[in-house]
Parts: sequence; structure tokens; C-alpha cells
Amino acid sequence: MNDLPPYPPIDPTTFDLIVIGTGLPESIVAAAASTASKSVLHLDPNPFYGSHFSSLSLTDFPSFLTSHSLSTSPSPQSNGHHNFTVLDFATRPLYSSLDISSFSPHLLHQHSRKFNIDVAGPRVFFCADKSIDLMLKSGASQYLEFKSIDATFLGDDKGNLWSVPDSRAAIFKDKSLGLMEKNQLMRFFKLVQGHLAGEQGIKISEEDLQSPFVDFLNKMGLPPKIKSFILYAIAMVDYDQEDVGVCRDLLKTKDGIDQLALYNASVGRFPNALGALIYPIYGQGELSQAFCRRAAVKGCLYVLRMPVTALLVDKDNGCYKGVRLASGQDLFSKKLILDPSFTVPLPLGSSPPHPLQEKFPLCSLRDDRGKVARGICITKNSLKPEISNFLVVYPPRSLFPEQVTSIRLLQIGSNLAVCPADMFVLYISALCNDDDQGKKLLHSVMNTLLTVPVSINSESNAAVQSETAESSFTAQSDAGEGKPTLLWSALYIQELTLGQVEFICSAPMPDGKLNYNDLVDVTVKFFEEIYRNEEFFPEASSEFSEDDGGIALET
Amino acid sequence: MHGRPRKAPKPEDEAASAAKVQKLRALQTQFFSYHHNKIYTKEAVELSAKLLEINPESYTAWNYRKLAVEHYLNQPESNPDSVKSILDDELRVVENSLRQNFKSYGAWHHRKWVVSKGHSSIDHELRLLDKFQEADCRNFNAWNYRRFVAESMNRSEQDELKYTADMIYTNFSNYSAWHNRSVLLSTLLEKKAEGFLSKENVLLEEYEFIHQAIFTDPDDQSGWFYHLWLLDQTVKADSPLLVSSWPAHGSDVLLPADRSHNVSVFCPFTTLHSDSGLFPIVLYFNQSVEGVSSSTVTVESGFNKSEDLVWKPLSVSNSQAAQVWVAHLKFPTSELHSSVEVYGAQSEESIPFVSFDQLSMRNDPEPIASNWRAEALAKEIICFRELLSLMDCKIGKLTLARLLMAYDAMLFSCANKLVYSEEVLELYSDLMKLDPSHYQYYKDEHSLVLLQQVTSGRESLLKHCFHYTDSVSSTICSPICLRLNNLSLSRMYSIHTDVQRLEAMQLLSCLSLRNNKLRSFTALDPLRKLKSLRVLDISYNQIGEHSIDTTRYLCSSPLSHSVGSEWNKDETVIGDVALINYWEAFFIFKELNLNQLDIVGNAIADENFKSFLVKVLPTLKRLDGELLG
Repeated sequence: MNDLPPYPPIDPTTFDLIVIGTGLPESIVAAAASTASKSVLHLDPNPFYGSHFSSLSLTDFPSFLTSHSLSTSPSPQSNGHHNFTVLDFATRPLYSSLDISSFSPHLLHQHSRKFNIDVAGPRVFFCADKSIDLMLKSGASQYLEFKSIDATFLGDDKGNLWSVPDSRAAIFKDKSLGLMEKNQLMRFFKLVQGHLAGEQGIKISEEDLQSPFVDFLNKMGLPPKIKSFILYAIAMVDYDQEDVGVCRDLLKTKDGIDQLALYNASVGRFPNALGALIYPIYGQGELSQAFCRRAAVKGCLYVLRMPVTALLVDKDNGCYKGVRLASGQDLFSKKLILDPSFTVPLPLGSSPPHPLQEKFPLCSLRDDRGKVARGICITKNSLKPEISNFLVVYPPRSLFPEQVTSIRLLQIGSNLAVCPADMFVLYISALCNDDDQGKKLLHSVMNTLLTVPVSINSESNAAVQSETAESSFTAQSDAGEGKPTLLWSALYIQELTLGQVEFICSAPMPDGKLNYNDLVDVTVKFFEEIYRNEEFFPEASSEFSEDDGGIALET
Repeated sequence: MHGRPRKAPKPEDEAASAAKVQKLRALQTQFFSYHHNKIYTKEAVELSAKLLEINPESYTAWNYRKLAVEHYLNQPESNPDSVKSILDDELRVVENSLRQNFKSYGAWHHRKWVVSKGHSSIDHELRLLDKFQEADCRNFNAWNYRRFVAESMNRSEQDELKYTADMIYTNFSNYSAWHNRSVLLSTLLEKKAEGFLSKENVLLEEYEFIHQAIFTDPDDQSGWFYHLWLLDQTVKADSPLLVSSWPAHGSDVLLPADRSHNVSVFCPFTTLHSDSGLFPIVLYFNQSVEGVSSSTVTVESGFNKSEDLVWKPLSVSNSQAAQVWVAHLKFPTSELHSSVEVYGAQSEESIPFVSFDQLSMRNDPEPIASNWRAEALAKEIICFRELLSLMDCKIGKLTLARLLMAYDAMLFSCANKLVYSEEVLELYSDLMKLDPSHYQYYKDEHSLVLLQQVTSGRESLLKHCFHYTDSVSSTICSPICLRLNNLSLSRMYSIHTDVQRLEAMQLLSCLSLRNNKLRSFTALDPLRKLKSLRVLDISYNQIGEHSIDTTRYLCSSPLSHSVGSEWNKDETVIGDVALINYWEAFFIFKELNLNQLDIVGNAIADENFKSFLVKVLPTLKRLDGELLG
């Protein structure tokens, strides 16, 4: 026990709430609890904020993923204590099939620190998102700056990117739709707007609202192209809506209309925003950090680089007492929230059944929501000349017949401070059932849009290949044609775990969505479960007036 | 800005505005005292700036500042630096006022005045405009000012055209942007600038562009307005067109010397009684032309081949250009039958206004150059039929009706009949039901189409003709009557082109305009050219009811420009009636030779006016049915 790192002792030792891990849900709850005048200790074993929601440099990124790809069993029972049982934490693997390839190590090594790679990409905000409202309400928005995503495209297997006609002006400008299609689409938008505004004579019937959205679109006589735009590029649906067999999530008209309403409310919410979507400067990791700063202002205590080793449980009633830090210090609190990577294995063979068994569904925590395949690519050329920040959606079956889910790709350029000048970071994601399927989805997009240098090498032997790869890259970009060449890529499959609210709580992992709305919903419920009598960021909590509390949008 | 609901003022707002009013009044009083005493001290000028900042609509204050600027500029010690600083100050004041109200006419005008002095950075003006456009891209004052700035800095029309496109892409419901586009394109086409040589290509591209707007949102009117402009550009021929002549080309005219011979029953349109031995030949063009003469027009008739005809423009404004030209052919009274041929001559002579050899006769086959116009219209027709198949759209129907009429008119010479008039009539009937608030407009259009349909050919016309066997006015009139029921021509007199058409009816002798809601004598202007007119009925109109004839401001009558030259100071009083009260009537009637006039039922028709008429019209025998002694 003598070779423990010199962790500083924490004082006081008793809190209302201890939060371990600075992922977004944990950070929001920490800020909300601090705002509600709870004493909160927020710990993170990592030296950075954000955990599974962080944005990392090119060197930190692989080590973070690798460290969460393995499961660790707890070391033998730590020192006991006369008042409580000490249960050592184990970690479970959250990422699998991690595959990192570098084709230009020298170039990237030089700039490694200039990258802010989102672990949970692709992510954007709709301007009218709940998460935006939450940032405004909580005051977290003052620590963030955003920029507009310039465009949304629908991709096809030929590598074409079609503008999504998502507004009146965009329909007018669109070059791919015929005059009749423009008329049909605009009339559909007007119908939806009229319905939402409660205009007289425009009302979508209750029967239609309860029917599948795709049936309603068919009923409106919309051609397949327009249906694709609406379902996958505006409502951002994941599963193939026209194949009931594989569709796990058939969107109802009611929910489809809500999605359109969100999109519609987003376009033009902020005068500086070009479209519906915005992205935070320096990456998504800023978001968790903003809530942490908010929490700190409200009195939350922060300690980074502080691993926790064990859970302290009351010997008699099995109730949670506190945690043991890597420093050996024991800290106590009424409530605990854990990073999703932690599990608490129960002592084996304890009989009669340990009283904890009933109280620890944590150990069996697994959910059937499948996985999300994520891919990150770095290139030196934009996929689309003249614009750097945009979203591309590949609807189901658009790339290959067995593609059952939408694949989304977000390109972010250096003007969002996520990479060095003249480079671009591409985030790809798709829901999948298993690793092979996920990888296939990612590869299909990469092959459509990018030139992948022939010698695929993992990090280990990439150095040898680098020179040839770099020269071939130069040759191609000089030719000025064809697809951008891949400089670096990371592909991984992430587990989708739900949050858990029991007598100790486990925060959820990033979901497969494009925005944070579902996560915010879960987090609000989380908070309400823990603090039934407290208001989640009461209005008055913000000392900033409406005028100061806007969203900072750079143009 | 647009789409902002008006809110009822709260009590505290009202109190605040009362305080503001009080402050403003005090400022204003002080300001007027400076102004009247021509005080241009620093303090006085600053006060005017303060006033304008609160109320940019104060025109007097802007004027005062102009005087103050002139005052300072004329100081002996003024130098380029001081001039610049004075003018820069003015620009600042304007900018502050515009911040208060960016649609203030006075402020924009003042800015124009300052910038016209030529000491200010015009680039700065463009940047300022960008800011205003950002705040409201539909601010027409800003667009107006932009045209001024673009012109002063010699910005190319191409660049400005690109700018309108950018603005339209941002939001296509922007009347100002579309309008500016039409202005710029007209200039570019006229200049034959590079890339704008072919009107055909330019217009077809613009059609394509406007379709995107119209189809995306047919409820937005700005696009339709631009489409109407395009349609107008498509229809408008570059060279004038002879629309019709009387007598028609190659027609036979009966000239019975004896009125008792009722030959007119058989050929009602080509029978002419003339006591004077003069036979009018009328040419009617689609636009004003100059230089019609015996060397440019050849007339061959059965009895006269060599005589040099004297062509006169029938222009209400007495200019040398007119849509209607007339010449009188002398004929021996013994001759009964004559055939007339009218040709457009192939003269090589250049004629100042428009070369007559460009004239295309109606009977000639369509020149190839105008094929694209017909094709463009045909394409538009298909396009809008398709739109209407998708949705019910009033303005779409109206546009289709206009397109069909234009197409019919363009192809009339080939088809020699109106192909689509039935469909157009149906569209207008439909619109009357669909859009009752514009019923009258559709009814008028419907009537015009009906009238055109009836008069398009002899056959259709004869169907509506009746004979009066016991005609009361048989002494002067031909006993044939054209009867058209259920017509509404209320707009005929508010549009000057329709008014002008009447002067072409050189043989008209009896005209009834009873119950036509005519508001003034000005509307009757073209009648001055009708030398054969003997009987006129203008009873039960609204002449004299309105002190100001509002229709005159919609389309100013040519009369209003010509009065000055004709006004003879000696004629200001006729008898004891002051001419000044009836000058409009005087100018109409002094040139007419009426025998019979009905004016009852008009506000103006009192005893004074009647005695005035008797004096102005010495030939008058009956006034309101009463024989004059």
C-alpha cells in the first residue's frame, strides 16, 4: 500500500452525493444537484473531463478506448472494515473490435495535440433541442461557443451527396427535385406546419397520427426520394421503415411530426445559424466540461486523476455507504452515481444468498439495445469542396442490400478547432447487432467516399509503410480528383447501456442518436429519481438574465 | 420587419410615450425657432440631430440640415478636410436616424443628397447597405438606395444581378429583389451586354428560375409578379406589328351614294355612307410608330392608284408617333364599288422612330424570329396546366388564362381564330366563384375576352348583330346594332390603352357610354379624334361627383401633359362662364361636332354647365333630349 501515488486527501469526507465519471449525464446531475444546494463530490479517474463523452487528442484517444475495451476483475478483497463490507470495483468492456490505422504517422504525430476527437461522435445539436434549452437554463451555455453545420446531404452508393431540401429556401434552391416534387414537398411541410400551429382546416387526423409515419407519407403520395429525405435526413430515423421485418423502431406519424417540428423550430431559431444544426467549438467534450464548471460555481468539489477502487456497503442492511479511493481514503455519501464502466461483482459462493444480491441488479446489467458502430476518419480534403462542416445520411439499403440501419457521417473542419488547419475529421455511426455487421456498415461508407491506401496496417507496423503512403497521398491530392485519401482511422463498436437507477446509480453510455435529447430525458429522470423533492434547475437558479443567456454562435 | 403582430400598448408604455411626446414638442419648438432665424451654430445643428434621432420623419429638420451644410460649405475658410468632416457628420446623423426607423424616406433621401456631393466613401455605403439588408432583406428603401449606390460607383449590372440572385436564394418572397432583377435585366438586354445578346436565352433561363419559386410555394405572390413581367417581355415584340386595318386587306367596300338603298343589310361591315366624298383608311399598330407616309404604305383601290395619301397620326398627345394612323381617300360619288389593297412597303429609307420595313403585316406568315416566343408560351402553358392538376390555385388559373390569351394573340395570324378563348372564359368564370373578393376584375377580363371573341371574325360578329327596322336616329346612324349582353367593361376607362383604342373608330357617329361610372371628362379624351361623331350619350355617369379623379393618377392621361401648349389665354372666359371650372370639358368638346348630347345624371350637369355646353358646341341640336332653339 506504500507505493500508492501521492493522491491528495479530500476534505470533507462526507457528501450528499458522490459522482464518479465526468460523462455528460453525470456532469448534468452534478450541476443540478449543486444548484439544488447539495454537497457534491465529482471524481474522475481520467486526467480530462467527459469520460465517454469527451474529446481527446490523437494520442489520448486510442489509450482511452483501449483501457475500456478490457474487463478487469477486482483485485483480491481489500482491507475490510468493521462497519461495512468492501466490494471492489470491476470494469466491464464497453468498446470492442477497436481498429486503428494510421497512414501518415509523421504528419499526424506533429499535430497530435491539435486534435479534439469526439469519443461519442457523430453528434450535433438541433438549435431547438432540449439540450440547448437545458444549457440556457442551467447557465452552462456561457462556457460554450457554437458554429453552424453548413448542410445536410443524402448519400448514395455512387458517392453522390444530395442536398436535403429541408426548408422553403432549400427546396427553392434544390437541383435534384423536379417542379412537381418541389410542390409536393413544400405542401407537405405546410401541412405539418399548419397542423402544428393549429391552423383552421389543417389537422392531421388522430387515426393518421397513430399510424406508421411511412404509411402517412405514402398516403400523401410522396415519391420515394422525398420519403427518404423526410424519414432519414430530417426525422433521423435509424431503422428501415419500409421493411417491417428488420425494423425495430417503427416511427409513428405523431413522433415523425414531432421530429419535423423540432427540425422546423431549429431552422432560424438563432439568426446566425445557417440551418438546423450546430456544433460546439473544440468538440463535444466541451459540453460535459461546461456543466462541470457550472457545478463548480455552485460549490461542487472536483478531483480528476482519482481512481476509485471499492464500494463500501453497510454490513447489516446492505445499504450503500461510500467509496474507497485509490489513495485508500474512504469517503461517504447518501447517494452515488457511477460511470457506466464500473461493475460490482458480488463475492462468489456466498451462502446464504448475500442480502446484497437483491439490491445489486448492477452485476447483471446488460441491455438488449444492441450496439453502435463508430468510425473516425481523418483526411486532408473535404468530401465536398468549399464546405467543411456537414452531415451526410445514408438511409437503409442505400449502400448495400443488407444495410438495415441508417449510417450517419459528420464532417468537421479545422474552423471548429477539432483538428489542424486543412484537415477534416469524419465521424461515422450506425446501429448494429454485432461487431461484424457494424464494421461492414462503417467500411461501406468509407469505401464509397474515401480512398483507403492499399496497405491497411494497424498502428504497430504503420511506421514502416508511412513513407510510401504519404507520397501516394500527395500524388493523389495533386491530381485534384477522386476521393479524399484516408490519413488515419479508428473503428470501434460501442455497447449501448442504459442508465440504472437503484440505490446506487449507473449513468448511461452515449446512445446511437445524433443529438442528446434522449440522454437529457434520461438524465432528468435520473435526477428526479434521486431527488424526488428537488426541482431540476429551477428557473431562478440562473443569475443571468435572458439577454446574457443566449447561445454564442460564431459565423 | 414582417410578420410581427401588433400589441396593444400597456398603460406604462402610454405614459412613456406621453413623456416622449412632451420632450419631442419642446425640441421641435426650439428647432423651429433656430430654423426660422437661420441660426446654424453648433448647438443649433446638434439640436436638429437630436430631433431627427427621435423622429426621422421630420422633413423640415432634414431640410434645415441641408441649409446648415450649405452654410458651412460656403464658409471662406472651408477646406477639403473640413468639408469631409461636415459631410461625415451628416452621414452619422442619417445612420442614427435609420437605426430608429430604417424605412424613413427623409433619412434615405438626405443620405443620397450627402453622398451625391461626392466626398464620401461609396464602399462604406455598400457595407452599410449589407447591414440593413441583413436586418430586413425586403426593405425597399434600402433596395432603392442600393440602385443609387450601384450606379454612382459604376458597379456592373451583372454583379448586381448576382446579388439579387443571392438575396432570392436566401428568401425568395422578396418583391424588391425580383423587381431589381427585372430592372437590371432590362438594362442588360437593352445594352446587349455580353451574355445577354439573346433575349430568348435570357428569358428562358428566367422562366426556369421563377418556376422554382412558383412551384415551391404557389401561395407566395412575389414570384407570380415576376412571371407576369416575363410574360410581358415574351409577348412584347421588338418591332411594331400592324394589328389591323380598315378596310381589311383585300376587302371590297360598298359605297352607296343613296342612303335609301339598304344594301348595308347584306354587308354590314363593308358598307360606307359618306357625304363628304372622303373615305378613311385606318391603320392600327400594336405600339406607337412614326413615319407612316405614302412612301411607306401603298394603298391600291379600284378607282385611285396614283394619289398621294396624307397619313396623319391619331395621337391624343399630338406627337408624331401614334398607334393609329388615318388617311382619307377621295372617291367620285358616282362610283359604287371599290376594292382596296393595303401593303406595307419595303422601303429602304430609314425612318427615325422605327423602320417601316420591319413592320410585319398580320397577313404575312410569322417571322421566324418570334417562334421562340410562341414556343416559350406553349411551354409555360404546359407547365401551369400541370401545376393546376396538382392543386387548386387561383393565381395559377389567372396566369394560365393570361398565357392562353397571349398565345392566341400571337398565333392569331396563322390560325385566324382564337383557339383557347372558350377555355379562358371558363377559367375566368371559375375564378369569379373561387375568389369573390376580386369578382369585378375577373368579370372585366371575362368581358374583354368575350368581346375579343365576338369581334375576332365576321361570323362571330354577325351572330350578335340585329337590325332596327324603325330606327329613331336613322338620319345619322347605320341601322345595325351589335348587342352583347352581360358585359362588364368598368375598367375600360381606367386603362389608357383601352381609351386610346377608341380613336381608331373613325367612322363612329353615335356612341353611348351611359351608366359607365366615368368619373371625369378626361376619360373621353380619345373622342376628340372622332370627327364623325354626332351623337354622344354620357348620361348617368359620375362626372363631377369626385373633386379629384383618382383614376387619372393611376394612368395619367396624355391630355394632362398637352394642356399647357393648347391653352389659349384669350379663351379663358366664354360668355359669363368661367372656363377654369370646366377646362376638361372644354378641351373635349371644342373639337367635336356633336348634334346630340345626353349628359343628365352626372353631378356636373347643372344649368351653368349646360349653358356652357351650348356655347362650346355650336352644332348641338339636342341636349338631354330637348331641342335647342
